[in-house]
Amino acid sequence: MTSPSDAASDAPTRSIPDATVLFAGDSGDGMQLTGAQFTLASAYARNDLATLPDYPAEIRAPAGTTYGVSGFQLHFGAVDIHTPGDRVDLLVAMNAAALKVHLDRMRPGGTVLVNTDAFAPRDLELADWSDADPLHDDTLDGYEVIEVALTTLTREALSDTDLSKKQVDRSKNMFALGLTLWMYSRPLDPARDWIRNKFSDRPAIRDANLTVLKKGAHYAETIEAIGTRYQVDPAAMKPGTYRAVRGAEATALGLVAAAHQSGRSVFYGSYPITPASDILHEISKHKNFDVATFQAEDEIAAVGAALGASFGGSIGVCGTSGPGVALKTEAIGLGVMTELPLVIVNMQRGGPSTGLPTKPEQGDLMQAVYGRNGEAPLPVLAPASPGDCFYMAYEACRIATTYMTPVMLLADGYLGNGSEAWRIPAVDDLPPFTVENTTEPTDRNMMTDDDGNPQFLPYVRDDDTLARPWAVPGTPELEHRLGGLEKEHETGNVSYDPENHERMVKLRAEKVQRVTQSMPPVPVRGPRQGSLLVLGWGSTKGAIDEAVERCRAEDTPVSAAHLRYVWPLPADLGALIDGFDRVLVPELNNGQLIRLLRNAYDAEFVPLNKIQGRPFRAAEICTAIRDALTPVAS
Amino acid sequence: MADASASSNTNNTKKPAGPPGAKKPAGPPGSKKPAGPPGAKKPDGPTLPPGYGGDGGGCGLSRKDFSSDQDVRWCPGCGDYAILATVQRLLPELDVPKENTVFISGIGCAGRFPYYMDTYGMHTIHGRAPTFATGLKCANPELDVWIVTGDGDALSIGGNHLIHLCRRNLDTQVLLFNNKIYGLTKGQYSPTSEEGKVTKSTPHGSIDAPFNPVAVALGADASFVARTMDRDPKHMKAMMKASHDHAGTAFLEIYQNCNIFNDGAFFEFTERGTKASRALFVEDGEPLTYANGERGLRLDGLSLEAIDLTEGRWSVDDCLVYDSSNREMAHLIGRIFDQPDLPRPFGVLYQTERPTYEQQLHDQLGAVRAERGDGDLEALLHSGETWTIDA
Repeated sequence: MTSPSDAASDAPTRSIPDATVLFAGDSGDGMQLTGAQFTLASAYARNDLATLPDYPAEIRAPAGTTYGVSGFQLHFGAVDIHTPGDRVDLLVAMNAAALKVHLDRMRPGGTVLVNTDAFAPRDLELADWSDADPLHDDTLDGYEVIEVALTTLTREALSDTDLSKKQVDRSKNMFALGLTLWMYSRPLDPARDWIRNKFSDRPAIRDANLTVLKKGAHYAETIEAIGTRYQVDPAAMKPGTYRAVRGAEATALGLVAAAHQSGRSVFYGSYPITPASDILHEISKHKNFDVATFQAEDEIAAVGAALGASFGGSIGVCGTSGPGVALKTEAIGLGVMTELPLVIVNMQRGGPSTGLPTKPEQGDLMQAVYGRNGEAPLPVLAPASPGDCFYMAYEACRIATTYMTPVMLLADGYLGNGSEAWRIPAVDDLPPFTVENTTEPTDRNMMTDDDGNPQFLPYVRDDDTLARPWAVPGTPELEHRLGGLEKEHETGNVSYDPENHERMVKLRAEKVQRVTQSMPPVPVRGPRQGSLLVLGWGSTKGAIDEAVERCRAEDTPVSAAHLRYVWPLPADLGALIDGFDRVLVPELNNGQLIRLLRNAYDAEFVPLNKIQGRPFRAAEICTAIRDALTPVAS
Repeated sequence: MADASASSNTNNTKKPAGPPGAKKPAGPPGSKKPAGPPGAKKPDGPTLPPGYGGDGGGCGLSRKDFSSDQDVRWCPGCGDYAILATVQRLLPELDVPKENTVFISGIGCAGRFPYYMDTYGMHTIHGRAPTFATGLKCANPELDVWIVTGDGDALSIGGNHLIHLCRRNLDTQVLLFNNKIYGLTKGQYSPTSEEGKVTKSTPHGSIDAPFNPVAVALGADASFVARTMDRDPKHMKAMMKASHDHAGTAFLEIYQNCNIFNDGAFFEFTERGTKASRALFVEDGEPLTYANGERGLRLDGLSLEAIDLTEGRWSVDDCLVYDSSNREMAHLIGRIFDQPDLPRPFGVLYQTERPTYEQQLHDQLGAVRAERGDGDLEALLHSGETWTIDA
C-alpha cells in the first residue's frame, strides 16, 4: 500500500533547513500527544530536533479558555538544532484561544492552520475575543492561513462507526497530525505503529484513529489551500543511536546510571512539586536497578531521608524546585556539617514564593551557592540541555561521593519538560564511578580516646580531595557520631573551640574549592580571545550557541563559553575571561552569575537578563551581542 | 523498693517486656529482624551474621562499652541521666551487634543523647530525626535504629514527621523524653505543658491546650505505644526492651523531670507519696488496679470509672482486664489525661503487628527485580523509540 505522504501531489515541495511547528489547543485536545508523534516522525526522518511543551498550571481548565491552552513546540532541522525554536513557522490552532495565546510567537509570513469549527461566537467569547473576528478581520494579515473544519471533517470520516460523539471528536488531533505530517513530507508509519500498539485492546478506537490520520493526510494532499509542501533533509548528526529524551527523564536515567556504575543504591526522596515530579515518576519505574524511591510527607522529610540513607551508605538524592529547596535548607546545612554525600536536584521555576510553577527561570543560583545559614559552601552543577541532565545527574553523584559533600544540580522546567535528540552513550564510556566505604581501622583513622579505648576518627581527611572517610553504620570498630554541632578536626567530637571552628570553616570551603580538580576545561565556541565572550550557564546554552553561530556566520567576532560546573568557578575560567575585552552574561534572572563573576574577576561584564518565565530566543541574544560590540558613544 | 505499686507490677512479671501471652518473645540472635528479601541492599563492608561481627554482639559487653568518652553535659539532677544509664544497661542484653546500633536524635536536651553513646549516631536537626531514621533504615534494614526526641522536638516542630513515622511503621524505637518544657532554650512552654503554664514566654499563663503524646501516637496508628517514667528505671528498662522487641514503630513516652525549668512536673505520678494512687501500671491479662490493689478501673458503658475495691461494693472481678492488642481499649486508657479522678496509665498501652515500612520497601524492590531481572543499563538507555545514524 502506498502511503499518502508518498503519493504525488500538485503542491510543489520546497527544501528548507529547519522548521518550528507549534500544536496548540485545549488541555483535552491531545496536543502533547500530537506533538510527541510529530517529533517521532521527525526523528525517523533523521532530523535533529528540540521540543518544548507549554501547558497550563491548571489541570483541567475550562475548555476553550486562554488559560486552558496546552501547547507543544517542535523545532527540527537538517542543521544543528539548539533550541525549540525562536519563531513558529506553523501554528496549528485547535481553537480560538490557542490562536490568541500563541499568535505572538509566529514568524511573520508563517502559516496558521486553524480549526474553523472552534471559532464560533461562544469560542471567541471564551478566548476574550468577543468583539473580534480573527478569521475575517486583519488579525491574520501577513500570515498564510489554512482553514480546516477539523471537527466536521473528523466526524464525516467516522460517520459509519459506532463510536460516541465524544470519542469521535477526541480523534480530531489525528486529523491535524496527518495533515501536518503531509505538509512536512513526514512518514505516517511511526504514528500508525504507535496507534496500533497503544489501542491494541480497543480495536474500534484504534481503527478510528488510523482512519482519521490517513484522512488528514489525504485531505492535505487534495485541497489546494496548501500551497507549498516542505522537505527537511536529514541532519548530519554524529553517528550513533538516538532517542528523544526529556530533561526530567534524563535526570532519572543519570541517577539510575550512577547506582548501576557505582554498585551502590540510590535513595531518591521527594515530595511532589512542579516541575520536578517527573523525575520521581521516571525513577520509580526502574526499581530493578538499585534505586529506592520515597515519597515523603514534606520537603524536609525528603531531604532528611536522603541524607539518612547516605549515612547508611546509599547515595541520597532529592529532587525538588526552588520553594522545596528553601524548606530543605537547614538539612542541606547538616549535610555540609556532617560531610555526607547528598544530591539536591532543583528544577528551577519562576519565583519568588510559589511564583510561576510551570515556567522556567534561573533565579535560584544565589540560593544554591549561598542560601544557607553559616558558611556552608557546596558545589553547584547545571545541565545545559535535556540530554545533558543525564550526564550532570551522574556527575553530581560522583562529586558528592568523591568529596563527601552535598551537591546542587540546577536544571529548570525548560530542560525538564523539553526534549532533544539524544545520542545514547555507551555504558562503558561513562566516567568511572568507584567510591569505597572505609571498612577497616587503620593507624591513620584511629586514636585512643580519653577512656583509653580505640576510637575512630571520622574527620581525618583525604590529602587530595579533603574528603572525610565514609564509614557506614554496621561496620565494626568504626562507631562514631555525626551531627550539626561544630566538629572537632579529625575526632569529630563536638567542639566550641574558636580556632577549631575557623579551621573547620576553612577546611570545608577548601574542600569544595578542590572540586575544580574534577572539572573538565570550560568549552569555548570560537576563538579563545577577542572582543566579546558570551558566558552563560545551564539551560541557556542552546539559545546562546544558536545566537553565536548566527553572528559568527555574519562575521561578527564573538565567542561563547558555557558553565555546566558553575560553583566553584572553574579554575581555567579566569584566564579565558582575560582573553576578551568584554563578557556578555545572559541569564534568565535579574543578574546572579554576573555577581559571582564580578566578585571573582576584574573584567567588564555586561548583563543580559530576561525574567519572563520564558527561555531566551536566539535573536534576543544576537541583538545583545551586536549592542555589546558597538562602541558606546561617550 | 521505693514504691509498692511499681514493685508489685515488676515483680509479678518475670519478663517485664513480655506481658502474658506476649506475641513477640525475644528470639535467638538475629531473629528479631526478618532477613532482608533477595536483592535487599547490604551495607558495603563485612556483613557477618548479627552477633558474630567484630566488636559487636550483645554477649560479653557491658554498660561501659556503650558509653562514649564524651563528658555528659546535662544539668546535674536531670532525668536524662537515668534514661541514658538505662539504655546503656539494656543494650548489652540485646542480641544486637554494637556496630548495628544507631541513635538518631533531633534538637533539644534529649538531642545530645547520641554523643554519649559509643555506637553509631547522628544528632540531626530540630524535629526531623524520624526522617533521617527512615532513610537510614531503608538503606540498611539490618540496623537497629533508635530515635531520641523530646516533647518540643517530636510534637511541635517535628509533629508531622512523628505521625508519618507511626503511619508507615518503620521498625524503630522512639524514646520521647517528655518534660513538658523547653529546656535547652531555657524555659518556654512546650506542646505538652498544661494550660495556664507560666513560663518565660507565657508570663500570664499559656493558653494552649496540651498534647497527650500517647494519644497522638495512637491517633497516628502507631503499632506500639507505651509510657514509662525516668524515676522508675526498672519499669523504664522493661518498656525499652518491649519497644525494642516490637517489629515496627515503637513509641515510648518517658516522663522525664527537668529539675531546672519544670521541677516536679510528674512528681504526682513518680514520687512515693502519690505514685500509688495516681499511677496505674497496665499489664496484659491483669485487671486494672492501683493504689496497692485498693482501687481499680471499671467500664461504665463507654466510660471509665475509678472504683474502690475496699468497701465491698466492687471487687477486682469488676475491673477491666487489660488487653494491649485491643485498639479500642488502648484508646480508652491512653486517653486518660486530664481527668483528676482517674490514674495515669503506664506500661504497654497498645501493640499490634503489621508489616514494617522498610520490609515492604525491600519486598517491593525484590519483587520488581524477580519479575524483570537485574537492571540492564544499556537496554534501559536504549528503551523507547530509537533511531540510528550510520557512520
